[in-house]
Amino acid sequence: MQAKTSVKTAGSSARKAKAEPRSSEEAPASARGNIHPGSLLSSNDLDLAKINSILALADELETENPIKRAERLFKRRVSLLFYESSTRTRTSFELAAKALGSDTSLVSALSSSIEKGESLKDTGITLKALGAECIILRSPYSGAPYLLAKETGLPILNGGDGMHEHPSQALLDLRTMLSRLKLGSKVTEKTLEGVTVTICGDIFHSRVARSNALLLPKLGARVILSGPQPLLPEIAGQIAPNLTIERDFNKALDQSQIVMMLRIQAERLAGLSLDLEEYKLRYQANAERIAAHAPKAVILHPGPMIRGLEITSDVADGPQSAIAEQVHHGLAVRMALIQRALGARSLKGAKR
Amino acid sequence: MKPILIRGGHLIDPASGVDALRDVLLVDGKVAAVDAPGKIKNGDADVIDAKGLVVAPGLVDIHVHLREPGQGYKETIATGTAAAAAGGFTSVCAMPNTTPVNDSAETTRWMLSPERNAAIRVFPIAAATRGSMGESLTEYTSLKAAGAVGVTDDGKPILGEAIMREALTAAARLNLPVIQHAEDTRMTGGCSMNAGPVAFRLGLRGMTVEAESSLVERDLRLLAQVKDSRAHLHVAHLSTKAALDAVRKARRNGLRATCEVAPHHFVLNEEAVGQYDTHAKMNPPLRAEADRAAMIEGIIDGSVDCIATDHAPHAAHEKEQEFERAPNGITGLESALGLTIATLHGKHKLPISRIIALLSTQPANVLALRGRGTLAIGAFADVVIFNPTAQWTFKAAESKSKSKNTPFDGWTMQGQVQMTISEGRVVYKRG
Repeated sequence: MQAKTSVKTAGSSARKAKAEPRSSEEAPASARGNIHPGSLLSSNDLDLAKINSILALADELETENPIKRAERLFKRRVSLLFYESSTRTRTSFELAAKALGSDTSLVSALSSSIEKGESLKDTGITLKALGAECIILRSPYSGAPYLLAKETGLPILNGGDGMHEHPSQALLDLRTMLSRLKLGSKVTEKTLEGVTVTICGDIFHSRVARSNALLLPKLGARVILSGPQPLLPEIAGQIAPNLTIERDFNKALDQSQIVMMLRIQAERLAGLSLDLEEYKLRYQANAERIAAHAPKAVILHPGPMIRGLEITSDVADGPQSAIAEQVHHGLAVRMALIQRALGARSLKGAKR
Repeated sequence: MKPILIRGGHLIDPASGVDALRDVLLVDGKVAAVDAPGKIKNGDADVIDAKGLVVAPGLVDIHVHLREPGQGYKETIATGTAAAAAGGFTSVCAMPNTTPVNDSAETTRWMLSPERNAAIRVFPIAAATRGSMGESLTEYTSLKAAGAVGVTDDGKPILGEAIMREALTAAARLNLPVIQHAEDTRMTGGCSMNAGPVAFRLGLRGMTVEAESSLVERDLRLLAQVKDSRAHLHVAHLSTKAALDAVRKARRNGLRATCEVAPHHFVLNEEAVGQYDTHAKMNPPLRAEADRAAMIEGIIDGSVDCIATDHAPHAAHEKEQEFERAPNGITGLESALGLTIATLHGKHKLPISRIIALLSTQPANVLALRGRGTLAIGAFADVVIFNPTAQWTFKAAESKSKSKNTPFDGWTMQGQVQMTISEGRVVYKRG
């Protein structure tokens, strides 16, 4: 009867509805509701062009004269908003921001008004009013960076949100892989063709696993997820192309050039029945297993490691381990992300 | 109160089998006459020209949260019923998860007091157990006497078998339905959307289909054990094919089991969560596409008794939170008719008379609201007059509800309410 039916199928119409401003009084000049293009919230935000520009910028910043580098974002303001504890991510983002000359301020849950019940929205608005031009957020809640991005209009860098994603980690993992496999830093959809990456452990709770599983197939990698059922439900295999599940860790190792071990998140295991001794027996990266099944593979771990549980010291500290290099690549990648977020141009080729 | 004569409209009253041009005369809050066009004399009546419009029994929503007493910042009985009137509703059944919980005759009467300024008729549904704690039954006899039309612990499902059996037995004696929000909360701790690949990708814990269907199956088993033939289980906001199949089977076995489906469960699926849109967060959650399609199928084949909105207003600051922290629920009273006609009639070619049955006749029957859901002579003068073909844009900002938490803001609707009459009084007129 109708030429045009008014209700379209689910999903698409919801997005359409969201695309329109809710109301004019709710949308002041600050482009509220839109996510700033300098943000990085998910690996899904990244296409090959963006990955390439971030990797190129990381290379450039890493080798730049530190004095000149510190002029790039001189006195610009970067806020680190951390609702969860962190060593690597926080320090690395902070050092990266400072290396570019910016001022950083750290707000953590235990020493701020967050403790008094201030909402994420109000915290974000406050930081913005204090001059923050970019916020790096770590939150125990999946999706929190989307809320902060929409409410503040600022570029937001996701430093880990709940079980969702940790995209800067995936980028630094990628840079580590490219460096170890000597593949350069210019990538295409075929760069990692023929490379198999096994991610092993607590996939269900891991934002690192999600970010890597979404990023690496874009470059042609095959990703194997390995772990016991309670930590790796079957549906995990459906979130990206080129993903497979292999419960037998040895079989996964046999095929892998890269092995990424994940921490067992004891604090999130409530309600799951998991026998840690059996887990070690089947999934621990130890010297014997690695020697037998992946003697040449590069071993990665996003940290923090629980030595003796998912990984043993001889592997973590051994010649195949690139764990310390990951941290080093993290600094370069995060400098690039902050530079990109604040919109300053690359000095190379820019008119000055 | 002056009589009202509605002239020239297309009367659709499934209860009396009328689907034709008829004039309708309303006198003293009741339907006084229904006759062929021009047959009824004007007399001293106010005449309403309903040419080109559908005249139907006022809509009945058996699942709304009016938030009073105690949560007036979200909604009041006055604002919620004003929204209902604008949506074409003339009767709404208010859930008991207020502050305090409506578990007493006193609170029930408070809700029904004229001081609440209800625009239309409110029928409280009282708590099935004290404080909705699932431990001991409330006083069904005095609750019914005070005006309660059913019992439920909506939002806090009754998990204990013994207490559920007791509730079904006690309610049966009074011919009251027990309404269950079917969610085995032992399986849904920390969950904020439907279980599946979307939840996995978003890093959100998911509610499984089994968390709903297993409790529906359990309740139907208990219903079968109650010997009283009046025992009646009504499944609130059913959202999964598995649970619907269980209801179908129970009905084939002669059990008195009924169910409702909310518009969002047949219009949206889990993809609408998008980038953690808290306006797509409700409980039961938006389900997989196959379940959404199964709701449509169940509505069309008659397995679903009625459409109910689960109108659940929340203040803006409550929804502007991290997805997992935001409360469940969306408003629904003003978008129900427009979404239902657009989807079920516009897309699936369900006749308008079936839509009236689903939104008025049948919900009135499920809760035995006598004289509602029909425009037979002698029934209450509860009328909705709407244009079934008009397309319009729903704007949350213009809603009469105190809260604007809807995923349908900016959506095109089909079927626009022109006027709502409650017991002979015009309570809404499109301006």
